[in-house]
Amino acid sequence: MAERIRAWGVVGTVPRALAAGLVVFAILYVLVIADPPDEFGGGNWRTTNTGSALDDPSTFLTTVLDGLTFAGLLFIVASGFSLIFGLMRVVNMAHGAFYLLGGYIAYEIQQRMTGSGFGLNPTEVNTLEWVVPWLVAMVCIGVFGLAVQQLLLRWNQGQDLRQALITIAVSVIVADQVIAHFPRTVPAGTQQFGGNAVSISWPGWTNRLVDLHVGGVTYSLSRLVMLALGAAVGLALFLWLHKTKTGMVIRAGVDDRQMTAAIGINIQTTFALAFLVGSALAAFGATVGGSQASIAQGRDGEWLLFSLVVVIIGGMGSLAGAAVGSVLYGLVFAFAVAYLPTTGNECCTQYSVVLTFALMALVLAFRPQGLFGRAA
Amino acid sequence: MTVDRTKLATERVIGVAALVVAVLAPTLFSAFWLNSILTQALILGIGAASLIFLSAYGGMISLAQTGLMGIAGYALANMVTQRVPGGETKGLLLGWDPTVGLVAAILLTVGIGLVFGAVASRSYGIYFLMLTLTYTVIAFLFVGSVTLIGGFSPVAGVDTYTPGFIGDIVTDRERLYYITLITAVFVYLLVRYLVRTPFGVSLQGIRDEPVRMASLGYNVALHRTIAFGIGAFIAALAGVLSAWWFGQLSPTTMGLDATIQMLVIAVIGGLRRIEGAWLGAIAFLMINNEITNRIPSSGLPVIGGTFNTVIGFIFLAIVIVSPDGLMGLWDRMWDALRRRGGPPHAEPEGGEPAAVASS
Repeated sequence: MAERIRAWGVVGTVPRALAAGLVVFAILYVLVIADPPDEFGGGNWRTTNTGSALDDPSTFLTTVLDGLTFAGLLFIVASGFSLIFGLMRVVNMAHGAFYLLGGYIAYEIQQRMTGSGFGLNPTEVNTLEWVVPWLVAMVCIGVFGLAVQQLLLRWNQGQDLRQALITIAVSVIVADQVIAHFPRTVPAGTQQFGGNAVSISWPGWTNRLVDLHVGGVTYSLSRLVMLALGAAVGLALFLWLHKTKTGMVIRAGVDDRQMTAAIGINIQTTFALAFLVGSALAAFGATVGGSQASIAQGRDGEWLLFSLVVVIIGGMGSLAGAAVGSVLYGLVFAFAVAYLPTTGNECCTQYSVVLTFALMALVLAFRPQGLFGRAA
Repeated sequence: MTVDRTKLATERVIGVAALVVAVLAPTLFSAFWLNSILTQALILGIGAASLIFLSAYGGMISLAQTGLMGIAGYALANMVTQRVPGGETKGLLLGWDPTVGLVAAILLTVGIGLVFGAVASRSYGIYFLMLTLTYTVIAFLFVGSVTLIGGFSPVAGVDTYTPGFIGDIVTDRERLYYITLITAVFVYLLVRYLVRTPFGVSLQGIRDEPVRMASLGYNVALHRTIAFGIGAFIAALAGVLSAWWFGQLSPTTMGLDATIQMLVIAVIGGLRRIEGAWLGAIAFLMINNEITNRIPSSGLPVIGGTFNTVIGFIFLAIVIVSPDGLMGLWDRMWDALRRRGGPPHAEPEGGEPAAVASS
């Protein structure tokens, strides 16, 4: 044990105990300590936007749902990133740029289909007018990703750093080109300056609140659809990877690429397929994310960060890791907004981004390879 | 004389010549060139040097350096600007003594760098790259969303509160140039010195064989953390100079674009040798200066887009053709010379170890 402690060095036992203590404190804070603000302002370190979970269970439940539904979206995007890395050891730094391009493509298709311009009434969009843009965007980005892989990443396999640099170059070019050319349609009277924030519309039937019959909570149906889509992607990927022959080959490739190739399997086809699917998932996520929030300049970097954080927490190349990472990050994100203390106007929900770092640091202190990652 | 000695001598001559030109620069170049190209190149070079120091000697490609630069700049701006009527309005406006503020900003950055380094100390290669990228993005989002210390619009006025020994740099840009030059030379010498110390040698051992070094009893995580702290110190110097040069700080100075730009500079110069930092910076800025003026406001001809598209393609070409950048091309040129024309006995005597020690 003594050797173990010494070997830990900087990331030693004391910081770990401290970290565990902080987690316990955070949970206690949300459960019992948090206090709603007084009617006349003011407040102390216990004051949050909402009461504690015991005082105000419905807000707590809503926050959990916010976290889980966001996790659904996170998973769609990050699973594609993780799939590509797991099989090919390529960190696709252009994943965020693919997201941006995919989102704008879906938006343009929807605009063309509905033909009603920016003043689109969300209740009038039918399911087809959402599904077709979504599929077209997925096909476009999938093919684009495949082209990038075949042209730029196929001949230098194994040089993971060089490949990361290549995808960074691709992301710079793609993001700049997207901003130069999209969106093509903007609301009347607005100047198209490139990279305007635009929204895709959910199908009309999702635009309502559903009563959950638990603690009197009503919740947005579109966000629940988002969670369902995330779960569907997870299930589909699971079945694909674990119940089909292609999936078997992919898993074999993840474990031992050379051996898989040596027994006569064309691993290059599998690589191409994985890149196609992984890229298409970025566009899938962009359509969903663009429907829930917006597509705009800067979203590429944001979603690259989200994907990175999810897979760093969950462990690279692991489907379960991507799922757990998404849920953890989604929950931390949602709880930070609802439960960070709010003494005064300037404090403190704006510090929520620090919790992203805290979550990552916490996981890496215990498991450097991520929760489900295998030692490199 | 062997090819390696010739190479070393050539590099020394070039280095001294570059230094002479740098010292005489205010008389040789126009004020625009001095301020916009040379000063900025030296600052970006210092930033890139922190990246190359970590990659060349620690085997860690860190994208956190722009974030750390930004942290140093923001810390300085918040500490030194004063709350006076009609003055600056953004940031904490602590109004500390500039010298205290300068030291505190650098110490704070090193402290944050050590924490970042400790968290990343057991991640390697591509994982390290990703983790450090998230550091920068988190720092970017932090200063952007915390309006108390910044927010998305710029924090200004940092260049008017400089320590006494720095003096007035707002009007006297030559002064800022020389301060930057001295800092750059200091950073260069510091790195050259550090890599020959026992710490530097064991760091290079860890770069090549982390497992073996650990089994020899070296504390690998601690070495990497300290190296990251040193990288943070160099980045902090660059961050402070950059804050003085711009005179204001906005989150975009540490955004994804700026991070990639720093990486592009380091890669153009070459990730293996510290000299590449300044070479890359000056090459980058000259390309930037040449091209930006020629791009019409409607975007690039035919394909559209801005300078970013051009630099993206240049970056792509360099990574494909010569991943070691310009310094890599230089080294390979000499390797080719050695193979073709060098005397046969030169090989064992002036092989790889000597080249590493001298570079």
